[in-house]
Amino acid sequence: MQPSRFWRYPALVVVVAMLLAACGRDAEEGPTGGGDNDGEPLKTVKIGVVAPLSGGLSALGAGIKNSVDLAIRQANEENKVKGWKIELAAEDDTAKAEVGAQVATKLASDSAVAGVVGTLNSSVALQVQPILARENIVMVSPANTGVELTQGTDPNNKKRQFDNYFRVSTTDDVQGPFAANFATQDLNAKNVVTIHDKKTYGQGLVAAFTGQLTKNGGKVVAAETINPGDQDFAAVLTKIKPLNPDLIYYGGEYPEAQLLTSQAKAQGIKAPLMGGDGIYDKTYIETAKEAAEGDYCTSVGAPTEDLDSAAEFVDSYQAAGFKEDFAAYGAYAYDAANVIINAMAKVLPDAQAITPDLRKKIVDEVEKTSFDGATGKVAFDEFGDTTTKVLTVYKVTNQEWKAAKTDEFK
Amino acid sequence: MTQFLQQMVNGVVLGAMYGLIALGYTMVYGIIQLINFAHGEIFMVGAFAGLFTYARLPPSLQANPLVALPLVMLTAVVVSVGTSLMTERLAYRPLRRASRLAPLITAIGISIALQEAVRLFYPLPNGQLGAKSPVSFPRLVSGANLELGPVTVARVSLFVVVVAVGLMLALQAFVRTTRTGKAMRATAQDPDTARLMGIDTDRIIVVTFAIGAALAAVAGVMQGMRFVQVDFRIGFIAGLKAFTAAVLGGIGNITGAVLGGFVLGIVEVMATQYVPRGSQWKDVWAFVVLIAVLVFRPSGLLGERVAARA
Repeated sequence: MQPSRFWRYPALVVVVAMLLAACGRDAEEGPTGGGDNDGEPLKTVKIGVVAPLSGGLSALGAGIKNSVDLAIRQANEENKVKGWKIELAAEDDTAKAEVGAQVATKLASDSAVAGVVGTLNSSVALQVQPILARENIVMVSPANTGVELTQGTDPNNKKRQFDNYFRVSTTDDVQGPFAANFATQDLNAKNVVTIHDKKTYGQGLVAAFTGQLTKNGGKVVAAETINPGDQDFAAVLTKIKPLNPDLIYYGGEYPEAQLLTSQAKAQGIKAPLMGGDGIYDKTYIETAKEAAEGDYCTSVGAPTEDLDSAAEFVDSYQAAGFKEDFAAYGAYAYDAANVIINAMAKVLPDAQAITPDLRKKIVDEVEKTSFDGATGKVAFDEFGDTTTKVLTVYKVTNQEWKAAKTDEFK
Repeated sequence: MTQFLQQMVNGVVLGAMYGLIALGYTMVYGIIQLINFAHGEIFMVGAFAGLFTYARLPPSLQANPLVALPLVMLTAVVVSVGTSLMTERLAYRPLRRASRLAPLITAIGISIALQEAVRLFYPLPNGQLGAKSPVSFPRLVSGANLELGPVTVARVSLFVVVVAVGLMLALQAFVRTTRTGKAMRATAQDPDTARLMGIDTDRIIVVTFAIGAALAAVAGVMQGMRFVQVDFRIGFIAGLKAFTAAVLGGIGNITGAVLGGFVLGIVEVMATQYVPRGSQWKDVWAFVVLIAVLVFRPSGLLGERVAARA
């Protein structure tokens, strides 16, 4: 054979090898402590995690994954689910809906998966819900705040969307108005500019905020949007500068918000930026530095440090030695994992394999959940939403998010 | 009026960046009729290479922009050019006689490979591997904003425009006056005849890739300086916009790429300001302009009708 044609065959071998390696790439299965089952081999059940493990939101995603891992390790050590060993099946949805759908399909086709903690982004959850619902796999989100995920799109005709979907975080129809009330009462903001990134979460949050702000007598002087992934906000900021707003309310996540606030202050816009739980991360302050001083955000629940129930979680997390912080949703993911683990503990012990019937029983058990978790009381209403509606406003003070006001939304 | 002028400034800065990257697309297409989809990633790799150098300088040098900036730019250029030449040699040259589709798909593959390589293997300052989330980039040109009459210009934005325009003019001069430039124009016009005239077309193609990559590397470093952060995905977005700019101006035409860049930048910015709910539709308006231009001038604003190759 001629030399140049000879290389076809080794090249083919290399390509096939790479394809095979790539197929197994994404799933990360964590080693977890084993319990003893009186000599019988332990059966394996998996808890999936769907969260952004790479990309701009990876700080939040890593916190979620590690917290679920922590809950699983503790459950295995205490042999909470008798006869079964729990494994972590973490998947990276890169905060994109299409990728979320793919990894959800992967988890749904795995017969050992009995529950999934996820997602972070509401836009991804919209794709993941129906896929997991087809297999009746319970899905508990630590962070989704989009209202339509549990109540549908018509506020006058609320209808539960999926029986297997629950969340431990409060929704945007509580978070938005809570922020609006704070803006009106505590910040005296009359003229507000709203900006969102057109995703499910940001758009819904701004809509809820605007509704309450207008009720309070405030005025939205400009409603702008940006694209997720944008870095250059000069045009939109130049446009709103002459309007002299008292506040810029941003619906979206920190990768864009941190640049938006730096560029706003650089252009001489004095108004602080206020956002939702999507910007509540220390990366926001690390990137925007002095520009972040005086900015606000809201987040679900009381500050983790203030709850006694959270102290145990914080200590165990630090003792476990994870590389990343538990971030804004760590405690919620921990509680979400325990919701699934507690349900499994009631249903699985005598079972031999994970059948669709069994998965349905787990969903029914989750429905009845009631315990005190790291974030407070964990229980669900008829829509699958959490019954706890506590929120906190944080302010960047001395380059740190400090709690400014914690309240229960009525 | 102030708003208009300020937005013009914003548009010019944006356009300068698009133009620099668009030049790489247009030159490569002009010479070998390949849309180098990996070019956006060359831009991104340049930014990360510059960052890598900066992070490893001693603090005394880091604080001195007169030393740090040239060093960062130089490394970015070297790495980008190296990457681009490697892709040319290993991926595009063997496919030169193949159907037009093969190098196109290869380019997309290289784009994905480079993105993932940075995402998984870039050595972060804290020792971890993989730039999964945005990484901080130094400003390098700092100082107060300049107030030129009614408009505010950030120092780094002025730097971007000056450097970009300077490089574009230098490229024009190079292509018009030097022997290599003449050889590039000849190869773009008709590679077979150029070869008959004694031009080493392979070498010229390498030079073209190298120049495009160098410009993209400079753009990458300047992008990092403007936004004080870089992310493995910036190449995708920038590449898409720059490719649009190149097509708008007439793909294959160097002046066209620059013009297309500025037109695109200004349209985006003006749409945000003057169209009601414009910021939602700014990308739509950019593409509407592209389509309108192509309907009336199918080869772009300055494009010439390309003679069919026998």
